[in-house]
Amino acid sequence: MTALLDNLPYARFLGLQTQLNGDDLTVVMPFADRLIGNPMLPALHGGSTAALLEMTAVAQVSLTYPRLRLPRPINVTVAYLRSGKPVDVFAQARINKAGRRVAHVVAEAWQEERRQPIATLTAHFLLDGAMDGMETI
Amino acid sequence: MTDQFLTTLLPQLASGAAHTHALGFRYEGLDGDRVRLRVPYRDDLVGDPETGVLAGGLVTTLLDHVGGLAVWVGLKTYQPIATLDLRVDYMRAAIPGRDLIAEARCYRLTRSIGFVRAWAFEDDPADPVAAAQSAYVISAEGDHRAGANLRARTSAGASA
Repeated sequence: MTALLDNLPYARFLGLQTQLNGDDLTVVMPFADRLIGNPMLPALHGGSTAALLEMTAVAQVSLTYPRLRLPRPINVTVAYLRSGKPVDVFAQARINKAGRRVAHVVAEAWQEERRQPIATLTAHFLLDGAMDGMETI
Repeated sequence: MTDQFLTTLLPQLASGAAHTHALGFRYEGLDGDRVRLRVPYRDDLVGDPETGVLAGGLVTTLLDHVGGLAVWVGLKTYQPIATLDLRVDYMRAAIPGRDLIAEARCYRLTRSIGFVRAWAFEDDPADPVAAAQSAYVISAEGDHRAGANLRARTSAGASA
């Protein structure tokens, strides 16, 4: 299951790697020059951090609520708290509520210090293509 | 200077950084206070390989970036800015195989914040794939000195 993101082209483009500890999924975006959005600072492009957060949410929902189809985003809100330094980024997501069709997910991204997130995400995903009695909640 | 900014520097800001270059972003020009940015379709930018639809995260990046361009258009010059927050509604899947165009307008500019609306579509802005509402902080000079984000944080900050 941790190979999930390996099959998604954009996750590969970003170089995302997944680590699974029990039910806790952590997604890592190793630093790469092609993620830089501001060469002067330098800083990661906010879009790459947002994409990491969204992919992390997708992976966590897929892991917790397996469906034939991937969850599709309805909307996402990203708050940028600190500029992304040219080092690795980590992200974890938490499913606040998953109904029959919609899941509400929050996610956080951080770099050197877990308690100093660089960005947070709040998102809704559409779940469908329910699989063989896996319908939950 | 303004004309030179819009004709020379703005296209560089659209696709000149490593990330926007790697994504293939292309500056599409201005229409009044609206600015356009294109991302040509590519297989490695797809979110779900079963559908061939471009990744949501890519659309978010496109909307974030075109919004920043709109702030610079509003400022009529380059000043360091940073996205404060960004909300994206995904109205429908992008059509596989088609380029996406994003258009943005900075509809309110204060001394410190630019408020932006942006949308992404294949052909028709009235039939959007996604729409964004976002806010950008316009930095006071000095906040964004090169390397400012790399300075060691104080121990008090690290333990807060």
